[in-house]
Amino acid sequence: MSRTTSLTLLDRINNSANALGFIFMLPAAAILLVFLTYPLGLGMWLGLTDTKIGRDGVFIGLDNYKSLAGDSVFWLSVFNTVFYTAIASFFKFFLGLWLALLLNENIRFKSFMRAILLLPWIVPTTLSAIAFWWMYDSQFSIISWVLVKFGVIDKYINFLGDGWNARFSVIAANIWRGIPFVAISLLAGLQTISPSLHEAATIDGASPWQRFRHITYPLLTPIIAIVMTFSVLFTFTDFQLIYVITRGGPINATHLMATLSFQRAIPGGQLAEGAAIAMAMVPFLIGAILISFFGLQRRAWQQGSKD
Amino acid sequence: MSETTQSTGTASGRIHSEGGMDYLVTRKRRLVTVYAPLAVFTFVLLFPFYWMTITTFKANDDLYNYEKSSPFWVSNPTLANVKKLLFDTAYPEWLFNTMLVAVSATFIALFASVLAAYAIERLRFKGSKWVGLGIYAAYLVPPSILFIPLATMVFKLQLFDTRWALILTYPTFLIPFCTWLLMGYFKSIPYELEECALIDGATRMEILIKIVLPLSVPGLISAGIFAFTLSWNEFIYALTFISSSEVKTVPVGVITELVDGDVYHWGSLMAGALFGSIPVAILYSFFVEYYVAGMTGAVKE
Repeated sequence: MSRTTSLTLLDRINNSANALGFIFMLPAAAILLVFLTYPLGLGMWLGLTDTKIGRDGVFIGLDNYKSLAGDSVFWLSVFNTVFYTAIASFFKFFLGLWLALLLNENIRFKSFMRAILLLPWIVPTTLSAIAFWWMYDSQFSIISWVLVKFGVIDKYINFLGDGWNARFSVIAANIWRGIPFVAISLLAGLQTISPSLHEAATIDGASPWQRFRHITYPLLTPIIAIVMTFSVLFTFTDFQLIYVITRGGPINATHLMATLSFQRAIPGGQLAEGAAIAMAMVPFLIGAILISFFGLQRRAWQQGSKD
Repeated sequence: MSETTQSTGTASGRIHSEGGMDYLVTRKRRLVTVYAPLAVFTFVLLFPFYWMTITTFKANDDLYNYEKSSPFWVSNPTLANVKKLLFDTAYPEWLFNTMLVAVSATFIALFASVLAAYAIERLRFKGSKWVGLGIYAAYLVPPSILFIPLATMVFKLQLFDTRWALILTYPTFLIPFCTWLLMGYFKSIPYELEECALIDGATRMEILIKIVLPLSVPGLISAGIFAFTLSWNEFIYALTFISSSEVKTVPVGVITELVDGDVYHWGSLMAGALFGSIPVAILYSFFVEYYVAGMTGAVKE
């Protein structure tokens, strides 16, 4: 013990996990506290003030939330967000799972296929959204043109001019973008399932559906829980696709909470109101995080992990 | 004839040895249940890129007239749209800005994440488990609820309309992801290696630089590629914090400057989208395996 006294301060720091841990954590912690934790608190505060662009606000309690409660556009955006998230996540899950199962078959050029099918996910969303915008054009839509040529429809679809059409159009673009993420993540999960389980079940006379239902699905549940939590989280807070394709139009029919919050806060200048709308998303996000947390717990338990 | 028999022979031989239970399913059935749906998926997922590419090289009269020539092919390829994009707009500047911001943010994030991940995973300081959970929680905070308070901060710090606003804020969503990813990599390095070095008198810093980092190069590449792509694709912060054309990034520049009024120049818009996508696509194609490993690793950890 007496030897420690002869060590320099530097040596002592080097030997203490706590002191060194603190120093190593500093850069990350500083950035995250200043640019993530603080703004999160500041956002809550802003929601309780009447701040506008270029003018500091004063505390006005829950007035922003009260006025939002009577704001039909806000409630429309809440409905749109939930609708958008529910439909898009549902399809992303089923199509993504299907694609993962297809890629898990013994197909040729498997890694090449996997690589090119991820493209929608890695290319900047704003830029691929422009391609969708062009494909949804009311006069020059290639989709309408093909459907008319084949005689399926007799006049061009007004993709973005009609409320419900616009909703389904942006949902389709979101599904398109999200499938690769779900598929590739689930594929990684599928590859950890031992083929001998399937062989044993086949010998016992199980049908492909039974094998999926009683082997693949239960073993995949933990990873499905995590992937879908992320997918729901990112779909719920989506901004780019809507901003590029419709800007919330026609007549607010596709405004999500994120785009409405931007609309009111930045071009509209009502920072406080925008912050209040953004904060209204938080309860939903906490729900998603809790699901993810319990998903992780369950997985640790299933694998018998101690850590 | 003999050639066909031979090829089927080897194909079925390979299926027997590698394909598990594939021999239980007939080829025709596989064609319908596997290859046909896979072809549809591939077509739908890739068509927008194809459409983007051919629109870029179409002349204006072909762009708006599908009857004259097939819309699915470029009859008179032209570089007019590309030329307009590169010489009549600030596109080259946007490309430069995006590159500069993405590279700087990636390096800041990697530096902070390596230290943080090592501290959480290996130093095991008091409360490291909670810090790890905190980092995970930080990953779940989406930019769309942070951009308004961040905009007021950026304004107060007089960073508004500068590249610094982006370089300093992008690490907030990069660090949690990279830290989480690197923690997984560090976990896989045998602890005995570090113990040996400690006994030989190496300091923790030396261990990190000389033992842990060289062994986690694949993890660093995964994290770096991911961070770069995420920064390149970022939109909402860049849209909110930047207003001058010369500091805009590609996604924001294309959306805000190439659309003037009600006149959409689809050709140059598509060219802007195409050239903004190519750098990430090239980077991605070189490191697909790392990218997939990073993505699935982060989900699994």
